[in-house]
Amino acid sequence: MLEVKDLRIYYKSTFGDYKSVDGVTFVYRNGIFGIAGESGCGKSTLVEGILRLTKPPGYIPTGEVLFHGIDLLKIPEEELRKIRWRKIAYVPQGAMNSLNPVIRIEEQMMDVALDHNNSLNKSELKDLISLLLKRVGLPTEVAKMYPHELSGGMKQRVIIAMALILKPELIVADEPTTGLDVVVQKGIIQLLKKLNKEYNTAIIFVSHDMAAHAHLSDRIAIMYAGKIVEIGDTIDIFEKPLHPYTKGLISAIPQIGKKVVKSIPGLAPSPLNWPSGCRFHPRCPYAMTLCRDVDPPLEEIRPGRYVACHLYSEES
Amino acid sequence: MSNHLLELKNVTKIFKIGGTFSKNSIKALDSISFDMPLDKPLIMGLVGESGSGKTTLARMILGLSEPTSGEIRYKDMNISYWLKKKRLEYYKEVQPIFQDPYSIYNPFYKIDRNLMLVVKKFRLLPDMKQAYEFISKSLEDIGLRPRDVLGRYPHQLSGGERQRIMLARILLVKPKLIVADEPISMIDVSLKAMFLNYLISFKEKYGISCFFITHDLNTASYVADKILVLCHGRLVEKGPTKDLIENPLHPYTKLLMNSILIPNPNVERKKEIDLTSLESFKKIKAGKGCVFSARCPYATDRCKNSSPELLNVGSERMVACFLYFS
Repeated sequence: MLEVKDLRIYYKSTFGDYKSVDGVTFVYRNGIFGIAGESGCGKSTLVEGILRLTKPPGYIPTGEVLFHGIDLLKIPEEELRKIRWRKIAYVPQGAMNSLNPVIRIEEQMMDVALDHNNSLNKSELKDLISLLLKRVGLPTEVAKMYPHELSGGMKQRVIIAMALILKPELIVADEPTTGLDVVVQKGIIQLLKKLNKEYNTAIIFVSHDMAAHAHLSDRIAIMYAGKIVEIGDTIDIFEKPLHPYTKGLISAIPQIGKKVVKSIPGLAPSPLNWPSGCRFHPRCPYAMTLCRDVDPPLEEIRPGRYVACHLYSEES
Repeated sequence: MSNHLLELKNVTKIFKIGGTFSKNSIKALDSISFDMPLDKPLIMGLVGESGSGKTTLARMILGLSEPTSGEIRYKDMNISYWLKKKRLEYYKEVQPIFQDPYSIYNPFYKIDRNLMLVVKKFRLLPDMKQAYEFISKSLEDIGLRPRDVLGRYPHQLSGGERQRIMLARILLVKPKLIVADEPISMIDVSLKAMFLNYLISFKEKYGISCFFITHDLNTASYVADKILVLCHGRLVEKGPTKDLIENPLHPYTKLLMNSILIPNPNVERKKEIDLTSLESFKKIKAGKGCVFSARCPYATDRCKNSSPELLNVGSERMVACFLYFS
């Protein structure tokens, strides 16, 4: 469905290019695909790039984003507009805070539909809106309300309903659970799971929260320093993490009943000046001389399981 | 002398909302009482959702806001006495760690000056000549290279480094009590663990107690010795961490336990919580009933009409719920 090939997204600055996303390749087929990583690793930049929403000083030097075989980075802006929202809906980080405070929810949702050339008339649209609100677990009265009357979790649900209005095949949700209370977070996760299982909406779920991924994602890609270091099925990743970074990340999460929590030594590198070779080598407990010089490629070590680490490549 | 480091007695905070003459008000905190022992350092976790009054409580302990009624005592003296008579001493013994590591340093001062001011202000050394070494030593103890950070401005450091300098600052002052308000919610996962481990080692090595505020039960269960659960401004449950986690009593604590996301895809991936009535329109009512009654699955008429007290249910456990006493 979606294939990303060697995507690079750089930001121009007086000190040189910030290489936020530096050669990302992955294939998305179905289910819920999670993108995980710490702040500054390029998650949000990556999804913006996939939808060609990168704004200057950001630019995309190389890469392909194939959606059903069409390269989203090459087609004219007009055609891209037809795909956005209708085929791929994007829920940016903190979208719930960007609802217009002086317009009722219903009108805001209608705006989206009308702006993207919907064929439905107004009363049909109203029916659709109340149906969607119900689907995301909100009472239909919400349609007549203003954003300030809703809680954070309810606003996030409105945003998800809004993304669904043109029946997209794919929803890209950037940190939809961040900044919400635990109980509400769990509610949003249940909702996204339901949309995927019952209505067959494909979802790309971006979050820094490994616990949220454990509950929601079917497959996870782990990003570090602008690159994907590991891809695999969620259960596999949690049970048998391969890349030393993933191992560190998983053992660093506090969890009820866990006695020892270890942190990863060192600090995340700067996108202005990535370390040579493998970008994790200065913090890696298993680093070899090879790691300092040669950047390991992302290799499929068994069907569906990819890792970028010299420990698992055949030559070494 | 009693043996309390910190003691809160029926602390209530009411905020007025609306204009000067408005009669509307919100009870942010309602009769909060708990204490921390003087002789045995411990980490007390305070868990609650946003809007439950966690930060208000921290601000009052730090003397940044006054309780409407009730009393906060530090070492058996009311904190208003400390703040008036022994302000410097109080802040030397009670130090905050804030949530946002980006906005706490003076952006125009380099880190060495920021830290030097701490040494000067609290008169930590008889002779300022040793200050530089003293600061370097505390930075090294936290795993920072002094030459990497000292000559730099706060904006040149990452969030993790800034939060670590906060820890180095704690090591300089060596207070009796740290009030940490969501200290790790803005730092990266890989560094969170380090932060928590330092808090534990401060307790063990230097006997520094900590009042640790978080919304995340996972974190609280890792770091805290005792946990307080705050719901809409009331303490609903209190107990030693292990007991409370293994056997939560109050329906609210149970709900929290069911909603936390366990970072393990095999555990309870299928388990769902009942969300009906959870996100009903939360209008803040100055009702007489239990604060949780609108969301509680076991609520009876009694819960809607009168509010349960926090009472002992044996072995240091306390709960405010009618289910446990009739």
